[in-house]
Amino acid sequence: MIPKVPLDKQIKKAVNGDEATAYAAKQSLVDVVAAYPITPQTIIVEKFSEFVANGEVYTEFVPVESEHSAMSAVIGAAAAGARAFTATASQGLALMLENLYIASALRLPLVLVVANRALSAPINIHCDHSDAMMMRDAGWVQIFAENTQEAYDTTIQAFKIAEDPEVQLPVAVNLDGFILSHTLEDIYMLPDEEVQKFLGGYRKPVKTYVDYLGKEVEVKLDPSNPISIGPLDLYDYYFEHKVPQAVAMEKVKEVVKRVNEEWFELSGRKYGDGVIDAWGVEDADVVVAVLGSTSGTVRYVAKELRKEGKKVGVLRIRLFRPFPFDEVRDLLKEVKVVGVMDRALSFGSFGPSFLEISTALQGIRNSPLMVNYIYGLGGRDVPPSHVKQVFNELEEIMKSGEVGKRLRFLGVRER
Amino acid sequence: MGDKSSVKEPRGWKSLPLGALPYRLSLDYKTGDWRALKPVIDYGKCVNCMLCWLYCPDSAILWDGKKVFMNYDYCKGCGICSDVCPTKAIKMVPEGE
Ligand code: SF4
Ligand code: SF4
Repeated sequence: MIPKVPLDKQIKKAVNGDEATAYAAKQSLVDVVAAYPITPQTIIVEKFSEFVANGEVYTEFVPVESEHSAMSAVIGAAAAGARAFTATASQGLALMLENLYIASALRLPLVLVVANRALSAPINIHCDHSDAMMMRDAGWVQIFAENTQEAYDTTIQAFKIAEDPEVQLPVAVNLDGFILSHTLEDIYMLPDEEVQKFLGGYRKPVKTYVDYLGKEVEVKLDPSNPISIGPLDLYDYYFEHKVPQAVAMEKVKEVVKRVNEEWFELSGRKYGDGVIDAWGVEDADVVVAVLGSTSGTVRYVAKELRKEGKKVGVLRIRLFRPFPFDEVRDLLKEVKVVGVMDRALSFGSFGPSFLEISTALQGIRNSPLMVNYIYGLGGRDVPPSHVKQVFNELEEIMKSGEVGKRLRFLGVRER
Repeated sequence: MGDKSSVKEPRGWKSLPLGALPYRLSLDYKTGDWRALKPVIDYGKCVNCMLCWLYCPDSAILWDGKKVFMNYDYCKGCGICSDVCPTKAIKMVPEGE
């Protein structure tokens, strides 16, 4: 299929993951950016302030004094009807946390890029997913990109997903710190006007009926139709205000899939069905599930093993919130052993993806045996040899039928 | 507007406006019953400087063109007005006295 914008009409540019998302935001007619720099997200903020200084965008750029303020400022901007964007990582995301819950409950379609980085202590600037997993209950849509091209594509898609009338939720785009954020890759970008057409121009706030105004108004702070957003709500209405968040989440999967297809027709690029990017899973005995950039390494190893005749597959989860339970269940129900690789740990429990996939497979007769591998904390490298070890162990489990230790640490020194 | 908003039937989530928007006006929340201490103005001492009016965090002090007065439906009894009054015209008296 020839995309609407063929490759020779796209802009080829060598950029790192941070720059890719900054370019995506630049093309997305963002009204307000409020951000505070933190490694490894810094380049996004630097690059975007460059666009502002050069007059390349009409965006109001607010250089705030902390991430708490960054999130507060974009919440305010979005509540006023603006398309707003910010980016952070690690401790910065931790500082944003209380406001993340507010953004989603107010149904503000913000876009946040997280350049995933470990949380202190000990202080560490390198990649893991502890920061993203900290916000998994905050009511945000969470997507994990595998490479820089996908980080660019997904950041643009994120605005469309967030602003869909059925969704109206904030979206976090995750890219692995340094591995993607700082690594130069040739990517293809669409011309500005194609991105703007794809998004339907500037943001248009949705309408809702307000009793005391006696009419439908746009959900935004507007002196001619004054509304209060998020005031006191006790045991009488708080619960009724939370249920719609859960209901909106149920709509997200279909929108992500549709946007993935629309983007494919436009650019020629798509990522699985949008929520899961599976490789070799159909007839696989053994599957490794993984998020983010490590998926590339796992697929590389899986391809090598396929050449040796091993029936192995890779399940890359692209959409983590809402979690694609039905899709995971359908893809994995016939598999014999599933190894879930998590770049984060819920201390006292398992890795977050392991918990989700276990839930997805719950209740299936002869459901697959499952093992959880915690890997790459604090940026620890994951060479193909480690992934090969995972596949070998999974094969042994398949042969013996014995799972043994369910929580394993990959690539960590003992003694 | 006040009348329109005093809906008696509790609403279900399907008929609430989008995004943590209350369907009632905040005016329907009479926060005056949170008060333990009540501000009372001694008009003999008041010089109409309007500092209390400016400082009240609940906009519960009003101006009728001649004098300031409290709207006890919303005054929470924080005592800020009493604190900022330059002539010590506002006394905080325990509720019920
Ligand atoms: S006590 Fe507090 S709330 Fe009440 S009128 Fe004085 S300043 Fe306002
Ligand atoms: S601050 Fe005191 S003097 Fe000034 S208007 Fe209020 S009550 Fe009167």
